Amino acid sequence: MPVQYYIFLSIALFCIGVMGVLMRRNAIIIFMCIELMLNAVNLLMVAFSKMWADAGRVDAGSAQLFVFFIMVVAAAEVAVGLAIITMVYRNTHSVDINILNRLKN
Amino acid sequence: MGMSIQQIIFMVLSVIALVSALGVVLSKNPVTSVLCLIVTFFTIAGHYIMMNAQFLAVVHIIVYAGAIMVLFLYVMMLMNMNADLEPQKRNWLKYAGAISGGALLVVLVAALRDASMPALSPQSTDIGLIKNLGQTLFKQYVVPFEVSSILFLSAMVGAVVIGKKD
Repeated sequence: MPVQYYIFLSIALFCIGVMGVLMRRNAIIIFMCIELMLNAVNLLMVAFSKMWADAGRVDAGSAQLFVFFIMVVAAAEVAVGLAIITMVYRNTHSVDINILNRLKN
Repeated sequence: MGMSIQQIIFMVLSVIALVSALGVVLSKNPVTSVLCLIVTFFTIAGHYIMMNAQFLAVVHIIVYAGAIMVLFLYVMMLMNMNADLEPQKRNWLKYAGAISGGALLVVLVAALRDASMPALSPQSTDIGLIKNLGQTLFKQYVVPFEVSSILFLSAMVGAVVIGKKD
């Protein structure tokens, strides 16, 4: 099972996330695409962890802990981000990101 | 076809992951997008189990499918979103976004196509078990662990302060 397969899968998932951020205007969908990109990176990190574990490195578990910390930061980010989106929705009755360029008034 | 059982499982999981990831981006209804993203997360958890990261697979399902996506669904139902209210981009902007993402895909695949990497062995390792990860976490990464608890506390306070009706 070559590591390249996992690299290409992660690249594909990451690029789908990038496409979603560029194509959609719904703030929540954009947020979900960012989660998708984070998960593509996590998948790649776990694949490299397995690669180094196969090579006999004892500290290969560090990569899995990095994934763990990314999950922690993602959870904190979602809590704050959804609070912001909810507040924007309460003030503008829309989640269209084009509304946000009028936020300064 | 001399495909091992691991390769067959990898292919099935990858196809489901990519199709449901495309479903997140392309579906008109936001609730369908959330459900597609949950399917993607479950397939990624399957990949974690295939790579002997059992602890991460369990945490991934609990945190993402159990907490984060429920939060997304809850906010969407609070806003009563459906396909009719979905803001639409102009068509040429959509094509520009798709072409940019595709160009990034082509560049990254072309750059990494000839990289020489070892193959993952089918033997299982015990590095992803909670015993070994816990040893590493509380020996080498105690300070980041404590910092992340402060991050959680400040995120919680921040979410409450931002969401407060003023």
